[in-house]
Amino acid sequence: MAGEKRDIKVIIDDVRKTYMGRTGEVVALNGVSLDIRANEFVTVVGPSGCGKSTLLNIIAGLLEPTSGKVICNGVEVHGTGMDRGVVFQQYALFPWLTVKKNVMFPLNMKGIKGQEAEDLAMKYIRLVDLEKFADHYPKELSGGMKQRVAIARAYAAEPEILLMDEPFGALDAQTRTQLQQELLNTWEREMKTCFFITHDVDEALILGQRVIIMSARPGRIKEIVDIDIPYPRNQETKMTPRFLELKNHIWSQVYQEYLEVRK
Amino acid sequence: MAKSSKGKGAISDKAKNWLWLLLSLAAALALWTLLSVLPNTSRSFPNVIVVLQQIPVMIERNVLFKDISSSLISVGLGYLLGFVIALPVAILMAWYNPFRRIVEPWIQFIRNIPPLAYVPLIVIAAGVGRKPQVIVITIATFLIMCITIYQGIINIDETLIKAARVLGAKDKDIFLRVLAPASLPFILTAVRLGASVALTTLIAAESTGAFAGLGMRIRSLNNNFETAPMLLYIIIIGIIGITVEKLIKLLERKLTGWQEKREI
Repeated sequence: MAGEKRDIKVIIDDVRKTYMGRTGEVVALNGVSLDIRANEFVTVVGPSGCGKSTLLNIIAGLLEPTSGKVICNGVEVHGTGMDRGVVFQQYALFPWLTVKKNVMFPLNMKGIKGQEAEDLAMKYIRLVDLEKFADHYPKELSGGMKQRVAIARAYAAEPEILLMDEPFGALDAQTRTQLQQELLNTWEREMKTCFFITHDVDEALILGQRVIIMSARPGRIKEIVDIDIPYPRNQETKMTPRFLELKNHIWSQVYQEYLEVRK
Repeated sequence: MAKSSKGKGAISDKAKNWLWLLLSLAAALALWTLLSVLPNTSRSFPNVIVVLQQIPVMIERNVLFKDISSSLISVGLGYLLGFVIALPVAILMAWYNPFRRIVEPWIQFIRNIPPLAYVPLIVIAAGVGRKPQVIVITIATFLIMCITIYQGIINIDETLIKAARVLGAKDKDIFLRVLAPASLPFILTAVRLGASVALTTLIAAESTGAFAGLGMRIRSLNNNFETAPMLLYIIIIGIIGITVEKLIKLLERKLTGWQEKREI
């Protein structure tokens, strides 16, 4: 539909990425195409080696595709841009900066300084409920708290698209569930476009409006599943028949890929 | 987890540390005393009192302070020069691969040669006096500091650079606001290792026909088998070494206390 077309935020157009490995050319991504709508929450699952991180890095502008292109807000992506924020699995907080200074980093890069930057940073720190820890260093925080700071810092850059590379992968189950819930709440409030990579099918399902299943060697999109479960979603959603049905389907698809990779 | 408030436990921990240190010192003194009475070792290890009595003797001979200051000047100058050269060379090595490919093998090669071996060549080229001493210490400290700083820079977590980039940092910001603070711990480690190398190279450096200095004095006392002042001088070198190391560690805690864990 023409109306829908205007709402498209990111166009991934036949993206191919190859590396030179030791035994010759390795195809990481083999012609991936995907449109992401504005304010959409897309999750990506697939076995390791399916190129999902590579795809995220290309959208972020940290990697150039070998061929094909990514168009973001109508402009072809070359290099990073503050319209696209990234949350990494390893948190990537600057350990020499306090929580507040970390969140101020993108603000300073935008030329916002002094008290104004501090006030703005505190706003984002409150968003993730860490105002008590504003003057702490990352080493004094737990993994979950660190990732919340990283999310606050990503938000502070005011990106239109949030790219998340297995952000909760290193956290324990309880913390992970809690952060999923917080992320959903923020997303429903702030309405940002989210591109979220995970290897956890439950996580992909509870968060996403669409789940992209990727297959490995070479990496490509295997199937796109629309998740017709209404928001707000919570832990009880995971018990509903529809959720379990979708989970079964996605899980079997991903597992098949996993077996393929093991061969 | 969040900052654990250190209450009574920490204080008694500190007291315990001091107690152990005291115990260690007492044991060392006991061992020393034992060595000073055993027939085989008594000549090399005069007892504590005899050694301490050498302090006024050496002051009277008008050498103690001259030796200490001469050594500190040589060590300080050589060390400073070594650092000033090591920092840019290490950065260049990390930043420009061909440069590293050429220079790193040299450094690795020379690093394994004891300075004492090439001292004569330096004396022939630079003459006697302060100059060759400074050159020897500069070379030795440069080698260790350059390698340490270089290793640190190349091991900086790449995700931090990526994160800075997506948060809007330009090359200049990445250099000043990410690479510089991230390499500070390694620079300080290099400074600490360099200080220890500077002191261990002292004897070699002062075998270059020095007119004063702790290392030079030990050699000249050796000619008369004056073991008591020799031992005093050896202990002074040790005290200088540990003091410098403690000072640098204090600096490290002040400047890089944000680190998750500390190595070496």
